[in-house]
Amino acid sequence: MSIVVGKTSKAPDFPVAAKAALKNDQLRRNVHHATNVIRNKRALRVEEMPDWEQLRSAGSEIKAHTLAHLDHYLIEFERNCELAGGKVHWARDADEANKIAIELIRHYGGDGPGVEVIKVKTMTSDEVQMNHALEAAGIKPIETDLADMIVQLGNDEPSHIVVPALHKNRFEIRDIFRDKMEKPELTEQPEDLTAAARGYLRERFLRTKIGISGANFAIADTGSVCVVESEGNGRMCVTLPDVLITLVGIEKVIPSFADLEIFLQTLPRSATGERMNPYNSLWTGVTPGDGPQAFHVILLDNGRTKLLQDEIERETLQCIRCGACLNACPVYRETGGHAYGSIYSGPIGAILSPQLQSLEHSRSLPYASTLCGACYEVCPVKINIPEVLIHLRGEVVREDQKTLSGKLSAENIAMQAAANIFLSHRRYEAAQRMARIGQTIFKRDGQLTNLPGMAGAWTRSRDLRPIPKQSFRDWWKSREKKDGANA
Amino acid sequence: MTAREEILASIRNALEVQASDPAGSHARIAQGYNRIGKLNHEARLEFFIDRLVDYDTEIIQVTAEAELPGAIAEALQHAGEDRALIAAAFPAAWLPASVSFKVDNNLPTSEIEGVPAVVTTCEAAVAATGTIILVHEGAQARRVLTLLPDHHICLVRRDQVFELLPETLIAIAAKAAKPITTISGPSATSDIEMTRIRGVHGPRRLTVILYG
Amino acid sequence: MHYNTGYHREAVPLVRRFVEMFRDAEAVCVPSASCVAMMREHYEMMAEADGDLKFIAEVKSLLPRVFEFSELLVNCLGVEDVGAAFAHSVTYHPSCHSLRMLHVGDAPVKLLRSVRDLTLFELPQKEQCCGFGGTFAVKNPDVSLAMLTEKDACVVQTGAEVVTALDNSCLMQIYGGLHRSGSQVRTMHLAEILAETGGAA
Repeated sequence: MSIVVGKTSKAPDFPVAAKAALKNDQLRRNVHHATNVIRNKRALRVEEMPDWEQLRSAGSEIKAHTLAHLDHYLIEFERNCELAGGKVHWARDADEANKIAIELIRHYGGDGPGVEVIKVKTMTSDEVQMNHALEAAGIKPIETDLADMIVQLGNDEPSHIVVPALHKNRFEIRDIFRDKMEKPELTEQPEDLTAAARGYLRERFLRTKIGISGANFAIADTGSVCVVESEGNGRMCVTLPDVLITLVGIEKVIPSFADLEIFLQTLPRSATGERMNPYNSLWTGVTPGDGPQAFHVILLDNGRTKLLQDEIERETLQCIRCGACLNACPVYRETGGHAYGSIYSGPIGAILSPQLQSLEHSRSLPYASTLCGACYEVCPVKINIPEVLIHLRGEVVREDQKTLSGKLSAENIAMQAAANIFLSHRRYEAAQRMARIGQTIFKRDGQLTNLPGMAGAWTRSRDLRPIPKQSFRDWWKSREKKDGANA
Repeated sequence: MTAREEILASIRNALEVQASDPAGSHARIAQGYNRIGKLNHEARLEFFIDRLVDYDTEIIQVTAEAELPGAIAEALQHAGEDRALIAAAFPAAWLPASVSFKVDNNLPTSEIEGVPAVVTTCEAAVAATGTIILVHEGAQARRVLTLLPDHHICLVRRDQVFELLPETLIAIAAKAAKPITTISGPSATSDIEMTRIRGVHGPRRLTVILYG
Repeated sequence: MHYNTGYHREAVPLVRRFVEMFRDAEAVCVPSASCVAMMREHYEMMAEADGDLKFIAEVKSLLPRVFEFSELLVNCLGVEDVGAAFAHSVTYHPSCHSLRMLHVGDAPVKLLRSVRDLTLFELPQKEQCCGFGGTFAVKNPDVSLAMLTEKDACVVQTGAEVVTALDNSCLMQIYGGLHRSGSQVRTMHLAEILAETGGAA
């Protein structure tokens, strides 16, 4: 089994990628602007909900409950979907999901060259790199979400779960459209760019016979699928084609239609700061005379079942992909999504990517956070992301300590030494005295400005006040002495 | 082992406590949030209208069913349209004589594309979010009819308006397995610099006619 | 520092040490919100992972007696005015752990408002992290600096002479950036301001 999560196998470590991103002023301005706008809208729409905390709790509990009974609900979904005329397939990993999709497309679309499929935004298909697999098989995928189109036409990668092209501004988008749509006269006005996308896609919507979608929710008690969107491209893709293939991560199942009363309140407000997104489509199997007459669901594992075992790790699977944690994250705000080396970026990416696949660079992701807690605060299903990050850091350290080079690493030695010092007040005070003497050679104008080793990462761009002559402990002792003398 | 067997087996291996009475424990999850609204009829409608306006929806208010043909004609005229689609089950008595209607008897897509407007009824509406809910049967039309035309005119009976989403979903639960579309304002995108642009692929114009 | 960086095993003896030192205390006052957050969020879990029942019981008994400095004053002792005087303008940075984990709310602001002659300026984007995050600052120095630059710009924008917080760690970061850039804004822990009597400020 080979688990693939986007095009990540050769991604650099987060600090390296982040350093490069930080040099791109345009990117940082775009990301700052977009995250500010969504953050403020979200705050506005959450404030008007008196029962927001109760909705978060209920959503969290429903998701935790579903994961604890995941086999039960998947089987129930499969049964009800198939009773309604759908067909459910199971895929262990990315390759298997792509293979199933290609076989289905060949079955309905023929073996000839130039078979086209229309796609509505699905992160899961980016996760399995479906577009690449389809293209390799001679099938042409057409992304229909405006942002996904920008990413696809620009040969780019998504940088945000909800707004994948948030790193591009209107001028950059205009240039991509001018080039790829052969519309040299196009202006950078968002209205014009949107109209160009409408015109470009309209005929493709009408002529294409096969659609591919993801799902926000797969509903066990009805066998229905729900897609949440804004532009109407989702409705086009799940309505117009003769054949619809829906790729669903197994964690997207929810027990009942009634549970939507929670998630359809929390998801739009968290994702885009809207009370409700313009469209939600729900369908169940095949409806004679209305919409696709062949419907296939691919249930994807791709590493997810590995996360079920540990209760802290399992929380990660509660995610409903709203992206609120990205917008809230002060680290994401500075670097944008590409630095995470995974299609899942930001705080949720920092915990999801390393758990789905154990790549070298993903070991740096649990450290791509100050543990400030802003992500946890906004999460509509209460995933304690800082807790999961600390848990994953523990795994990284334990693995490192198994190797000789890990044992001898500067960090490990420093951490062991520090632990030892903190354990004894004698050693602590001795260390303080030594540091007080040692620091004198690094002092410049009364500041520490150029420390060696790991501390150098600090003083390269910040000053450090030297350790004072008298510590709190010394002061306290002298105070006690004085009090004693007075008494 | 098939993929299905393997995935289910690894789920069961991972979960220590095997599924016992999932329905029971699902039902015990606290619904501490508001499920039923508190506003009276008038306040609820005012709330609904406020939210519709907020999402760029045009509103025409009438009282008696007899006024519907006039309201539909007005909505079309206002948009400069003289043709519209309707489902076969749409009540003939509500149609204005001044407009030519194309009745959907399983029309092919090619005949739907190009008609500027569609008139439907709805199943329910949510005031708090300014949402109308279509269950695609009868006069609510097939999905494609409500999608391709650029102008969607939707009739909402006042007693179909609920205050909150939970009570609305409870009311339509019996039809949960039918194709359902919830619509909140015209199609929109914020993908370019987070600027909300009205109208991408779905209808760029949405008119709600409140009656009854 | 150890636990948050992933050195979970190494952190346990430190917890034991803390419990040994303070088990008999009536109340433990901690002048660092992030330390209190670590204790409240993780000590019990760490003790449970260790498995020693006596240790678990001692942690459970001690934790309710541990207070962050401003919590102890305002929420426990009901003191808002400690009689301090400080004739300077001050802006308050609500550190992440005090804000989102301890939920100290406006306790520190109440204390500051009661200081005579003190002018309090609201910090723009105050809820944003300063970028320190313990070992984050050395593992991701560039991102940490970018965050710090934003934070310090907000501090300078207020025009305050002093920036204060409940965490010396954040103040060390904020100071490091301010001082390097030549700013005259000083950093002081809330406790230091409350200890001022107006004479020698």
